[in-house]
Amino acid sequence: MNLEIPNLSLVALVGVSGSGKSTFAKQHFLSTEVVSSDFCRGLVSDDEMNQAASNDAFDLVHYITRKRLKRGLLTVVDATNLQEGGRKQLIEIAREQHVLPVAVVLNMPRKVCEERHQHRTDRPFGLHVIRHQYRALRRSISKLKREGFRKIYILDSEEEVNNAIVQRTKLYNDKRELTGPFDIIGDVHACIDELVILLRKLGYHIKEQSLDIDYGYAVEAPEGRTALFVGDLVDRGPASNKVLRLVMSMVKNGTALCIAGNHDAKLNKKLQGKNVNLKHGLAETLEQLSTEPESFVEEVKDFLDGLISHYVLDCGRLVVAHAGLREEMHGRASGAVRSFAMYGETTGEVDEFGLPVRINWAKEYRGKALVVYGHTPVLNAQFYNNTADIDTGCVFGGKLTALRYPERTFVSVNALRTYAEPGRPIQETTSDTTVDDGLLHIEDVLGRRTITTRMGRNVVIPEQNAVAALEVMSRFAIHPKWLVYLPPTMSPTAVSPLEQYLEHPKEAFSFYESRGQMQVVCQEKHMGSRAVVVIGKDEAAIEKHFGIKGEGIGTIYSRTGRAFFEDKVLEQEVLTHFQTALNNANFWEHFNTTWAVFDCELMPWSAKAQALLKDQYAAVGNAAKASLTKVESVLAKAKERGIDINGHLAKTQARKEAIEQYAEIYKAYCWPVETVEDFKLAPFHILATEGAVHTDQDHIWHMEQIHTICAHAPQILKATAFRLVDLTDEKSMEAAIQWWTDLTEGQGEGMVIKPYNYMVNDENGLVQPAIKCRGRAYLRMIYGPEYTLADNMKRLRKRRLGQKRRLALKEFSLGVEALERFVQKEPLSRVHECVFGILALESEAVDPAL
Amino acid sequence: MLLTIRTTYEPATDLGYLLGKHPERFQTKSLAFGDAHVFYPEANEKACTAALLLEINSIKLQKNRNQQFSESFRLANYVNDRPYVASSFLSTAIAKVLGSALNGNCKDRPNLVDQAIPLEINLTSLPVRGGKEILHRLFEPLGYEVKAENSILDESFPEWGESPYYQVQLKINSPLRLVLSHLYVLIPALDNKKHYFVSEAEIQKLIEKGEEWLKDHPEKDMITKRYLRYRGSFVRSALDQLVNEEVSPQKITENQEEILEKPMNLHALRHQRVIEELKQLEVKSIIDLGCGSGKLLKQLVKERQFQKITGMDISYKSVEVAHKRLYLRDAGPKMKERVSLFHGSLTYCDQRLKGYDAAALVEVIEHLDEARLEALEKVVFQYAQPKVVAVTTPNRAYNVLFEGLPEGQLRHNDHRFEWTRAEFEEWANNVANNHGYTTQFFPLGPVDDNHGAPSQMVVFKLAE
Repeated sequence: MNLEIPNLSLVALVGVSGSGKSTFAKQHFLSTEVVSSDFCRGLVSDDEMNQAASNDAFDLVHYITRKRLKRGLLTVVDATNLQEGGRKQLIEIAREQHVLPVAVVLNMPRKVCEERHQHRTDRPFGLHVIRHQYRALRRSISKLKREGFRKIYILDSEEEVNNAIVQRTKLYNDKRELTGPFDIIGDVHACIDELVILLRKLGYHIKEQSLDIDYGYAVEAPEGRTALFVGDLVDRGPASNKVLRLVMSMVKNGTALCIAGNHDAKLNKKLQGKNVNLKHGLAETLEQLSTEPESFVEEVKDFLDGLISHYVLDCGRLVVAHAGLREEMHGRASGAVRSFAMYGETTGEVDEFGLPVRINWAKEYRGKALVVYGHTPVLNAQFYNNTADIDTGCVFGGKLTALRYPERTFVSVNALRTYAEPGRPIQETTSDTTVDDGLLHIEDVLGRRTITTRMGRNVVIPEQNAVAALEVMSRFAIHPKWLVYLPPTMSPTAVSPLEQYLEHPKEAFSFYESRGQMQVVCQEKHMGSRAVVVIGKDEAAIEKHFGIKGEGIGTIYSRTGRAFFEDKVLEQEVLTHFQTALNNANFWEHFNTTWAVFDCELMPWSAKAQALLKDQYAAVGNAAKASLTKVESVLAKAKERGIDINGHLAKTQARKEAIEQYAEIYKAYCWPVETVEDFKLAPFHILATEGAVHTDQDHIWHMEQIHTICAHAPQILKATAFRLVDLTDEKSMEAAIQWWTDLTEGQGEGMVIKPYNYMVNDENGLVQPAIKCRGRAYLRMIYGPEYTLADNMKRLRKRRLGQKRRLALKEFSLGVEALERFVQKEPLSRVHECVFGILALESEAVDPAL
Repeated sequence: MLLTIRTTYEPATDLGYLLGKHPERFQTKSLAFGDAHVFYPEANEKACTAALLLEINSIKLQKNRNQQFSESFRLANYVNDRPYVASSFLSTAIAKVLGSALNGNCKDRPNLVDQAIPLEINLTSLPVRGGKEILHRLFEPLGYEVKAENSILDESFPEWGESPYYQVQLKINSPLRLVLSHLYVLIPALDNKKHYFVSEAEIQKLIEKGEEWLKDHPEKDMITKRYLRYRGSFVRSALDQLVNEEVSPQKITENQEEILEKPMNLHALRHQRVIEELKQLEVKSIIDLGCGSGKLLKQLVKERQFQKITGMDISYKSVEVAHKRLYLRDAGPKMKERVSLFHGSLTYCDQRLKGYDAAALVEVIEHLDEARLEALEKVVFQYAQPKVVAVTTPNRAYNVLFEGLPEGQLRHNDHRFEWTRAEFEEWANNVANNHGYTTQFFPLGPVDDNHGAPSQMVVFKLAE
């Protein structure tokens, strides 16, 4: 016997003690798929036969079953399941988790069980128990169907048990293997003309032909695309019959998929001979169908009856359901799922028009899959929390809309006329708020979280890090809508074997060479503060794309998401300079965008780090100079007296010299800021513009684009010096090293070495996106004025980079993911999740000097 | 880093006996944090100067993992003033290198131990928290003549002001051991920080070293408090790590607000008024949003009317402190059911905020940027939707009446704004309109005819 079991279901084994349930389960299922009541009894009482522990044991059985089903895993409950009460609880769990309950009954002849029982030593009860159970089994079998088991298999003999084959089947709604591209079409409601116009606009070729061949239409889809109807093909409009002919033809020849809408379901009911109310357009539909031959109506009946209520497509990334679907229902099957998918969620309340009040499920939607739906007419289709309502009320004189997937663009045609009046006025959108209300939920950020990124990396954010980040994000960061990105940390080079140097470009070169990157881009590293610039063509662009009103043409924030400028006026002045440069460089036209995000360095360092400079850098210099001068004179006096001071005078002089150099270097990064032009902004990545994250462009492209922009505002924008280095060419490397040496012997901080491409993966995974190589002088500010003294160098050479590099990769992946999500117009919570993750990772205790 | 002791007692070279260090030798002792050297730049019959030079290696401090130094100190930046200043390290060096002199042991010149001799002490780069005045207040009552100089912090940037480090000269006629004990205690007290955890043993040390003089010192309270203080200035908590080069408000907060408001006991008053209002409204469950270290919660717990009391704060540390203050860890199940705490944020929707009759936001809103109040408003009034919400905040108009608060300055440097009564009322009425609440306003504290009360409260009630 073939036992067809849906691959997500709750399987209840039913049978008396000794009927072979556990053996059967072991044969056909993974050991982890089987939850046994005996085993749970053992867990809670140390005795598998302890009947007094049954209640607790079943609590555990149910708990495990729920957790597994929630996670989408088939679960077999290995218990006798002879009591109606016990089975009812399982049915309840299956319903609650929206999976199909299946019963497999091992109806062994009584003799077999009794014989087995007598051979077992682990069952401390008499044969009378088996007899009782037998009676219960008899009663059970007849009830299973009524109790709600959707599939029931009864195995009546040892032979049947032995020959049983378990076949796992896919659910009908599971179309994960279809990856599109799709044209998802909203509620047609019998508007045949608009449908034909829309399909042609989308590139479909439609030919009418004899009604006997493929229902009268021949449709060819453009380049492998598939049309996907969200249901409600019929009612209200002029030609339900023709729409059915066209769609049925497309479904038949494989150019379309279709799911059931509530109107389609109602028509089906009627055709099945059930008594239904003929309101809301059904009467007209029946009239239109009456002109059709009987045989076609029969086929309509079969077609409608075969429609399912939702599809999961494209590896789970796309879900289509007539009225939408909550995340926990995706790919599940239950009456509740079907009802939700076709009618949406209601509470039984009715509004002033006597129509059911619909719950706006999309408002709370946080799922990864894009849910496309119709059912509720709106004026314009738009994305909201990773959902899209594409019913734009064609039949009510609105539009017929298609969503192109994966392009995520809308294509509409206007209704040729108004065919029906809506029961209630059509709203702008399904929600009361037109866009994301900007409210975030704590569960989107707190706890130990795993964030899946497009690069295939799963980044884990430990709970304690999230705790640290919450306060910073809540109290110090700017509005989360601005924060579409945070810059990742960057690792320095490995320690140089050269005596004088802790860091040297050679180490970065050999690192990239070892990862097969033979071309690298070296960029001057500016010593300022990292700044992310969000800028719009005008305020309207910022409002449209970032949802922020009245805060100007953009913002500048720090690497922890804080406002860079306390003075908003100053911020806008800096941005205006930048904007002018972008205007003059024809940036907006060139990139076909009205906004952009740049990764930059903002100088002078003293602008942001005044307190740190005063309280730490200048203070140390001041204290050291005074002390060392005194020490020098005291030691000199002792030496004069003929005391052997053991080389301490020379040592002190060396320390003094180190301090002088140290004081020189921090000063280079400080200058007073009186007007806006005292600021220097050096962009080095064009992170994102409308529809695009520019991580697919190489660094030469970024540098060149930015140089063009900077040329238009040289007073304030600073182009970053860079060079392309060929690691197979000694001369090229030497020249780069010389360049670095010249930079760092002046007052430069150093340089950043990046692989030619922005993102590089090799067989060992993601390659470090950048490595910094800081100059010898600059490092005094990091490792202290005296780090170059031999003893100190020896200690510092032991530094380790592993943790820093792992963090850099994680943060980089999250940063790119945040931008991708933003550009894909995913909801705020999905972008924020990544950005928050970066901030959380930044609270990790790593050596701050790295 | 350098301490010199000069005497003109004759024969001056007896200083070598007192210190137990030979004037003609350069002596080095290795300590946990670096080397201490003792040598004499001057040694003759008329005058003798001993120098204690401390070489602290900050890189060694960083890399030394198994030291007694506190974790926070170890993680401090490599760019650190400690190697160059007179700090608690110098006190430790005095005890370790000049221990016998400090304890008054001298085999060769026992009579000199208690004899007052002319002494001149020089300290390089002594950090003085609170300015030069403190230096005088601490040393002069002990009989010192004090000279102290400091320079401009950085000549290239005169706008950065003066250096906090002083080059100090102290003159006195006193037994050497007393002078050493003064230095031992007063150097860290002036600096107001220590490189190690302050434990019980530290109190013992203070009693020992200050035995003879501290009880009569007019500033003994300040000395004790400062000496025993382990300041968090080095603390690189996760939070500090995040705000890195930006100014962290926590860091610079000397709680001015508390000092200003203390005389009128505003803090307790606010709590009392909030509780009175809530009691009148027959509220059974309450959540204290921004509970801090749990002061209001402690009051709420006493009231039998409140059957469920919850505190939430954005600072994880505060929640921990509140947990301790309320003795929740070892409380019985009924108490635990009644009182609970969690770490959360007012800018994120959170299931845990729902289901309370009332919410209190006492001195909370002014700690959020005005731009984020919209999120707070939605979370509290739209999402959590308690029947009653009590909000208190300072009244800015009253600030002019605070002595010692410069004009235009806010009461606390983490306050993002302070509102006048009109501004507060406008905000509250707007919130109430948006979300179906009514408002009632109350002054908190003594009411001034022109400027109102120092603090203000609004009670929102969800309209039926």
